Amino acid sequence: MKDIEIHNVSKSYGKVKALSGISLEVDKGEIFGLIGPDGAGKTTLFRILTTLLLADEGTASVTGLDVKKDYAMIRRRIGYMPGRFSLYQDLSVEENLDFFATVFGTTVKENYDVIRDIYSQIEPFKERRAGALSGGMKQKLALSCALVHKPSVLFLDEPTTGVDAVSRRDFWNMLARIKASGVTVFVSTPYMDEASLCDRVALIMHGKIIDSGTPAQIVSKYPYTLLAVKGTPMYPLLKHLRGMDGVKGCFSFGAVHHVSIDSSKTGADEILAGISAAGFTGCEVRLISPGIEDCFMDLAGRGHKE
Amino acid sequence: MKEFAAFVRKEFRHILRDKRTMLIVLIMPVVQMILFGYAVRTEIEHARVDIVGDVSDPEVRRIVDRIDNNRYLDINEILPSSGLIASSFEKNKADVAICFGQDFGERLRKTGRGSVKIVGDGSDPNSAQMIVNYVMGVLQGEQADISAELSGEDGTAAFSPSVQLMYNPAMKSAYNFVPGVMGLILMIICSMMTSVSIVREKETGTMELLLVSPVRPMWIIVSKVLPYLLVSTINFITILVLSRYMMGVPLRGSLLLLSGVAVLFVVTSLSLGLLISVVASTQKSALLLSGMGLMMPTVLLSGIIFPCENMPGILQCLSHLIPAKWFIIMVKKIMIQGAGFPYIVKEFSILAGMTAFLLAVSVKKFRIRL
Repeated sequence: MKDIEIHNVSKSYGKVKALSGISLEVDKGEIFGLIGPDGAGKTTLFRILTTLLLADEGTASVTGLDVKKDYAMIRRRIGYMPGRFSLYQDLSVEENLDFFATVFGTTVKENYDVIRDIYSQIEPFKERRAGALSGGMKQKLALSCALVHKPSVLFLDEPTTGVDAVSRRDFWNMLARIKASGVTVFVSTPYMDEASLCDRVALIMHGKIIDSGTPAQIVSKYPYTLLAVKGTPMYPLLKHLRGMDGVKGCFSFGAVHHVSIDSSKTGADEILAGISAAGFTGCEVRLISPGIEDCFMDLAGRGHKE
Repeated sequence: MKEFAAFVRKEFRHILRDKRTMLIVLIMPVVQMILFGYAVRTEIEHARVDIVGDVSDPEVRRIVDRIDNNRYLDINEILPSSGLIASSFEKNKADVAICFGQDFGERLRKTGRGSVKIVGDGSDPNSAQMIVNYVMGVLQGEQADISAELSGEDGTAAFSPSVQLMYNPAMKSAYNFVPGVMGLILMIICSMMTSVSIVREKETGTMELLLVSPVRPMWIIVSKVLPYLLVSTINFITILVLSRYMMGVPLRGSLLLLSGVAVLFVVTSLSLGLLISVVASTQKSALLLSGMGLMMPTVLLSGIIFPCENMPGILQCLSHLIPAKWFIIMVKKIMIQGAGFPYIVKEFSILAGMTAFLLAVSVKKFRIRL
């Protein structure tokens, strides 16, 4: 059974088209990642699914209920963690949790086992005001609040934005455990490296889904050979690579450039020879397997040309 | 019901933890009452009176003695000419001057008319009016005595004081500030505080979470409103107690009727606050809207400071739209005149109509979605 179904959903804010013709399906009990840069339309889609916004066109359903008609019923069944930390800063950790439990018609005690994993980590600070918590702890509290009423679908809008690397890893471990308890998780993130932690992902850009499937499927569709190229100076190297024959695309990835090549025209050795000859020093070329980000860059680049 | 209780508890926590705001809200009526109270003092203490005129005239002498013996008025100086009054006011040596006409006593006896001029320092219009009125009272007392003495000879003798304020001759009649303060405070608490507290949830994003919850938006609003209802009740009582025991303003009408009218006005202000919270998306704009859009017109047009009767036509029309105006009229009627419900039916129904309209619009506008 599909827990979330989206058919051809579009939404505009005035002249700005936030979403155009989005269709997606999310299975029960999976972690589905919506991956895309800021401004791609992720939050808008979340708000439509959590019944906070109405789509201009198309239909969507959550747990089989229509987001427009059955909004009241959906609101009982979902947990939502908005992008910004949105709990009451002047209430303590415990008061926040109690409040959200009661509002959703339950008690912390009743559903303690659902949130134990996460809440036990911040329980020592339960007297503290939520505003005085660290970023990671705020996030844990927000997740506890979203989970406290045992939702069947959990919506997490950019839960790891602005959180340190260790807390991010922790967070994804928590998500895996939440999934294990049978909750469907719909999560958005601008971090491509988190895509591999999802069961399935959809790449979103400018309000359009540019690809979807399991991370492995998306990566396997990558059409080119990918090289990691190193050399100094970096920026002229990037420009030089882009001008080389057989190079389809070149993007900077931290200390290296990821260069996609048409393997029928050129290869790692030719590239190395070419840049060395052009006077770049410390050159290194390595064959690598593409990641989601490479796929995203490629797809986004193509979308742009069209 | 448990959900609703949780909401109300949360709202009270917000308010109680924000001690500074709480303090301001509870002390504001006291401060305003004291400020307004001193601005519109009904008692004059040691007003300094300058005399211009012939002090050797027995009639003048008599009046001067009478003034000097009055415990609220002190004779400051006998001035040789009325031209010196201005400088005396400017040096802040005197508050009021009484100028007697030439041959005051003789004319009074012969023609029955004496001319007296009272010159008040109008730079502080309220106290000037008080003092001038007081001096007039004293003169009229004297006049009555003289008339009684002379009645045997040629019937009536009168001197008619003409009043002039030096710096603000067109001074408006003194207002009664207690109803004004009451209207202002209830308005601030109910509309400004409520709108800010709702908009704050929008701004911090918690409104998103609340809307996603199964709790009906109506209950969210009611729970927002409830704590401020309590706060405004406390303020209402504070103002009443202060006005009764500090200012000595009587409550001639029924307390129940007054409370009923106050409740109606509170609902009006709350629905205004709701309307603002629907329109505004940040706390800043909610504050601006309620500050500039509500408080300013209320202060200026409701008759708290400037009497509506003296406004130009267009402003008078505008003032009809200010809910506080009707509330203040009713409070004045109940408190000062001791009027019963039949005398305030018109104002009451206007305010009730406004309230119903505002409430309908704001509830209709309050969205169940973002």
